[in-house]
Amino acid sequence: MTADTGPVLVPAAEQLGAAETPLQQVWRAFRKDRLAMAGLYLLIALLVLALVGKLITEWWVLFDPTTVRLPDKLLPPLSRASSALPAEQVPPFGRYWFGTDELGRNVFARMLQGSFVSLSVGIVAVSISLSVGIVIGGVAGFYGERKLLLVGIDTILMRFTDVVLCFPTFFLILTVVALLPPSIYNIMAVIGLTSWMSTARFVRAEFLSLRERDFVVAAHALGLPEWRIIFRHLVPNAMAPVLVTATIDVAYAILTESALSFLGFGVRPPFATWGNILADGRNYIFDAPWLFAIPGTAILLVVLAFNLVGEGLRDAMNPRLRKRSR
Amino acid sequence: MTHPLLSIRDLRVEFETDAGPVPAVRGVDLELEEGETVALVGESGCGKSVTALSIMRLMSGRVAGGQIDFRGQNLASLSEPAMRRVRGAQIGMIFQEPMTSLNPVFKIGRQIEEVLTLHQGLSPSAARGQAVELLGRVGIPSPAARLEQYPHELSGGMKQRVMIAIAIACRPALLIADEPTTALDVTIQAQIMVLLRSLQRELGMAVLLITHDLGLVAHFAERVNVMYAGKIVEHGGVREIFKQPAHPYTRALLAALPDPTKRARLEAIGGRVPSPAMLPRGCAFCTRCKHAFEPCPDQQPPLFDVGAPHVAACWLHDPGRAAVLES
Repeated sequence: MTADTGPVLVPAAEQLGAAETPLQQVWRAFRKDRLAMAGLYLLIALLVLALVGKLITEWWVLFDPTTVRLPDKLLPPLSRASSALPAEQVPPFGRYWFGTDELGRNVFARMLQGSFVSLSVGIVAVSISLSVGIVIGGVAGFYGERKLLLVGIDTILMRFTDVVLCFPTFFLILTVVALLPPSIYNIMAVIGLTSWMSTARFVRAEFLSLRERDFVVAAHALGLPEWRIIFRHLVPNAMAPVLVTATIDVAYAILTESALSFLGFGVRPPFATWGNILADGRNYIFDAPWLFAIPGTAILLVVLAFNLVGEGLRDAMNPRLRKRSR
Repeated sequence: MTHPLLSIRDLRVEFETDAGPVPAVRGVDLELEEGETVALVGESGCGKSVTALSIMRLMSGRVAGGQIDFRGQNLASLSEPAMRRVRGAQIGMIFQEPMTSLNPVFKIGRQIEEVLTLHQGLSPSAARGQAVELLGRVGIPSPAARLEQYPHELSGGMKQRVMIAIAIACRPALLIADEPTTALDVTIQAQIMVLLRSLQRELGMAVLLITHDLGLVAHFAERVNVMYAGKIVEHGGVREIFKQPAHPYTRALLAALPDPTKRARLEAIGGRVPSPAMLPRGCAFCTRCKHAFEPCPDQQPPLFDVGAPHVAACWLHDPGRAAVLES
């Protein structure tokens, strides 16, 4: 042994360079999934379209989705506006890109308005169901062993979840919506309050296993208050499966809203949603097939995109699958 | 000396099971003075970790009796918010598994700063400065850069250093080290223990070292408590325990240590620890004890004096039966 063989020290800066957050790891795996990326691009495009659509249908008279032009009714897509119209009713560029409906309303403008409704219903409803699900699942998982009137809190909450799961959700929504005044906010709330069950179950399962983990005991040993342990330490660790179901739930919420509007229980008629455009179009299936084909395709694409993103996320967040794909 | 820093009297902890309460800790007495290191030794399942956790009131079992006096307040009857101000601030704790004791989704800086902002009310920037200082103090190179790392980017020894940094962040008077080196390599073990000792001197904190590693105890502890089946069976200064072990269990433990100078078979302790649900009426060790005689299975031995500050719970040391010991 010679004197100059000291311990080999890796320069600290080199070791420290490759810091990668868990989020970056998920993103790296997600990016490799082409279908999921296609879904993500589609979603981003639709979100932008919905926001832009909201702005121009509200503020730009030419794009007013409620303008009735009886001379131009049931025109196929890309047809020119007739010259009989007053100037303020002529659609932009003089063409109806998606045609017109039975009242001569611009289907393109109506679809834009509807995309905002559909996406916001999906996102708000899922936010509601996430909040309810995380609270119920979290309480059941964290405080489940405590007792309330001789029955464990976990038993009470999870059996309640089972009961709600037993309801035929769609008919429950139909009943409630039929009783409530038809407003988009009621629909968001009702869809959200009937779809939190799977989230609650996931969060409970995650909490049950996380609760016993060493870092949670360590957090207790540091004197952190319970709410802080729950929201700062447990919830972020439990989010992976929840996010995946949430993405797929958005698709279901959009479908449910479309179905409600289709059945006439949804948003009130002058206000367009994909569901009621589709419903209006069903009377003219043979005369004006674009009236059901366009909203139908839009619903299909959104639901598909959310599902692709959800499944991509699930694979990207699962470390076992991630290793295999490398 | 005035009041001891921590004084546990007749602590009893039970776990509720479907078959009724099962005792895990059956009347433990323990004392720690300011700044001293006391070891709690025993094999797996003897109740040493439960004892440690019940000081912090963190175990899932129920304290069935006894009191835990810490700086003049009884932790066993303290309100939960008051208890939270003790945990982390006045009593720090480090755990056996550094790999899983840090939250995997947060950078370690945030986890250190969390305690500082919570207990000391530091501003985020002051907490950051403190965190850098703490990491440097526990011997982590380039601490400022390390703060930005996630736990999975650190080695086991590094993580244990981070855990120590978090535990000492608020300068606790007592540090409970629950098998702090069991999960680490031997070389790292020594580094961690040396670090703990120097921090202990620097901060003047007492350390309750919970371990099954007698080598560690011999090097670092001043007093030793040997625990078996939920009871302290022998207690004394580290020199007395290693030179003149009085309880047959302690002797068997010491005999089970490998001696590198001899190539003899290791001596295992025959039998196994009795299940806490089915303990014998008398001494819990009597089924495995070579010296067991007629009072052992039926009567609990009290702690008999076997030297100046040295006691052992064994009938062999009953002054009334001194004759038996001779044979």
